[in-house]
Amino acid sequence: MVFESLSEKLQNALGKLRSKGKLTEKDVDTALREVRLALLEADVNFRVVKDFVKRVKERAIGSEVMESLTPGQQVIKIVNEELTILMGERESKLNIASTPPTIILMCGLQGAGKTTTAGKLANNLLKQNKRPLLVACDIYRPAAIKQLEVVGERVGVPVFTMGDRNNPVDIAKAAIEYGKKNNNDIIIIDTAGRLHIDDDLMEELENIYSAVNPHEVLLVVDAMTGQDAVNVAETFNDRLEITGVILTKLDGDARGGAALSIRSVTKKPIKFVGMGEKLDQLEPFHPDRMASRILGMGDVLSLIEKA
Amino acid sequence: DKTRKGMTDKIDAILRSYGKIDEELFDDLEEILVTADVGINTTMEIIDRLKNRVKEEKISEPDKVRELLKEEIKKIMEESEGDNKLKIGSSPTVILMVGVNGVGKTTTIGKLSYNFKKQGKKVIIAAGDTFRAAAIEQLEEWSNRSGADFVKHSEGADPAAVIFDGIQAAKARKADVLICDTAGRLHNKKNLMNELSKIFRVVNSEFPEAEKEVLLVLDATTGQNAISQAKVFKEVCDITGVVLTKLDGTAKGGVVIALQSELGLPVKLVGIGEKIDDLQEFNVEDFVEAIFD
Ligand SMILES: Nc1nc2c(ncn2[C@@H]2O[C@H](COP(=O)(O)OP(=O)(O)OP(=O)(O)O)[C@@H](O)[C@H]2O)c(=O)[nH]1
Ligand SMILES: Nc1nc2c(ncn2[C@@H]2O[C@H](COP(=O)(O)OP(=O)(O)OP(=O)(O)O)[C@@H](O)[C@H]2O)c(=O)[nH]1
Ligand SMILES: [Mg+2]
Ligand SMILES: [Mg+2]
Repeated sequence: MVFESLSEKLQNALGKLRSKGKLTEKDVDTALREVRLALLEADVNFRVVKDFVKRVKERAIGSEVMESLTPGQQVIKIVNEELTILMGERESKLNIASTPPTIILMCGLQGAGKTTTAGKLANNLLKQNKRPLLVACDIYRPAAIKQLEVVGERVGVPVFTMGDRNNPVDIAKAAIEYGKKNNNDIIIIDTAGRLHIDDDLMEELENIYSAVNPHEVLLVVDAMTGQDAVNVAETFNDRLEITGVILTKLDGDARGGAALSIRSVTKKPIKFVGMGEKLDQLEPFHPDRMASRILGMGDVLSLIEKA
Repeated sequence: DKTRKGMTDKIDAILRSYGKIDEELFDDLEEILVTADVGINTTMEIIDRLKNRVKEEKISEPDKVRELLKEEIKKIMEESEGDNKLKIGSSPTVILMVGVNGVGKTTTIGKLSYNFKKQGKKVIIAAGDTFRAAAIEQLEEWSNRSGADFVKHSEGADPAAVIFDGIQAAKARKADVLICDTAGRLHNKKNLMNELSKIFRVVNSEFPEAEKEVLLVLDATTGQNAISQAKVFKEVCDITGVVLTKLDGTAKGGVVIALQSELGLPVKLVGIGEKIDDLQEFNVEDFVEAIFD
């Protein structure tokens, strides 16, 4: 992998330079060239990389090189700190309504992992002694309702459906009534995958939103997403005002630069990460781990942390 | 649509704004390619070739550069030997759909099967994803829509056994095409890749006389991880081509340039929607055009 060698490249480029007090512009430029490439290879959006590199450069020039580090490592240290800040707080909490039920709306592109993640959330909440209800609002995809029913059964959470002949807005409304009557304190609405540029389906989502007034609107994003992540996140956020992001399929080997892109365009927290297909594989988000994953430099970072 | 138009406007504006060809122009072209998920390495390779041509052919008008860039992309894609056409002339044919989770394998099977049925072929679909919730039901619906025969076991069954039965059915019923679904799997999962390799072996040993297409389905939204996906899937089961799905979105799927040029994996089909007729043959011209549109 290209990334595994980022630390090597930096060692080669800068390692020979003696740590000589302060970082010069030349040190920084040489290091940041490699950092830029690594970020792009990790699928961080082009614009986001540009802004980021500029910010790091400003901060790095003239900063002191610690005795235990080489200039290259010093730049990485700054890069990592800035990345972690950008990535936001560690966030694994859902907004829980003061008067139940808490309504959670799942949304995102096709195949991102909404239905699976809805099941995982329900499973999580069930273990916290909540009484979740899953709602099947995907009336389009073949067997989407059946899928949610199977998922619900696996975790032992009821699933509300009205088949595929009703409007998703009506289904959502009826589900809230049903949930209230049945003492469900969390209602998780699964929706069909849709493209952010699909006007009809985006309008449908807006209508569900206004009909149920959700406490959480969670955008589900595939960790393998490339440069387009910013367009997707920006559009969903513009039209719905998302409250958070769930990054799925992080059990793969994608660098997950999309996380950084989405954070920087929406400023919304990444609340959880999906770590597998099984319904207990949902984990809290760790900004620091994500930062080193994107850089592909766990080794150097642990070295730097000791410094 | 809006985004596409935005890009055209952008590149036109870029080209207009340059009185001469300089580094900055190349930087902006680099941005367009990287933003299309071409990947920084492939992008730098393409830009280098472009620079050389500009120099050698003594080109001085910025607005000529765009056509040259398109040519270079086409060239780099056409350098590999792979054929962008599906091998379905001879019968019987087995098509194995593989790929990571949620990319569009099952849906593409529905679309493909519909295409074959329209051509009057006898098609059997085998439900090789016995793992995902309601995967069998989803595929069954597609087989109903397309009018193909359907072979399934129950959830949790051994997928290789399902494919085995699919092959026996294809032989007995003299099917022209057998299309096998498989569960989505991340390429870094050893056990799941072993399972796939077993399926692949069953196809090879039980149906030696059949023409084989092993299609790696790739979501156009995917970034550079696609390269890692392709490498590993190729090792495990001899991929013959790529299906690029979800090109109806704003993502350009530029990573397939590297797949085709570096890994020799030709793109054969593109998915452009969720409906049964939203499948097209891959066309390099259109693909390259779309990067700049
Ligand atoms: N490895 C892995 N697979 C996941 C994860 N989350 C979801 N998946 C898989 O991704 C695929 C798609 O998941 P779904 O939950 O059906 O996605 P969706 O967003 O509901 O899809 P549509 O409703 O078709 O838009 C399935 O194969 C899931 O098992 C994850 O965190 N890791
Ligand atoms: N917009 C668009 N959506 C697509 C396209 N192809 C598939 N989809 C959608 O993508 C989602 C996932 O498709 P599936 O066919 O279930 O994907 P899969 O690879 O079989 O998924 P797993 O079996 O869970 O790994 C569904 O919502 C499909 O409708 C396409 O070309 N364009
Ligand atoms: Mg779903
Ligand atoms: Mg499938």
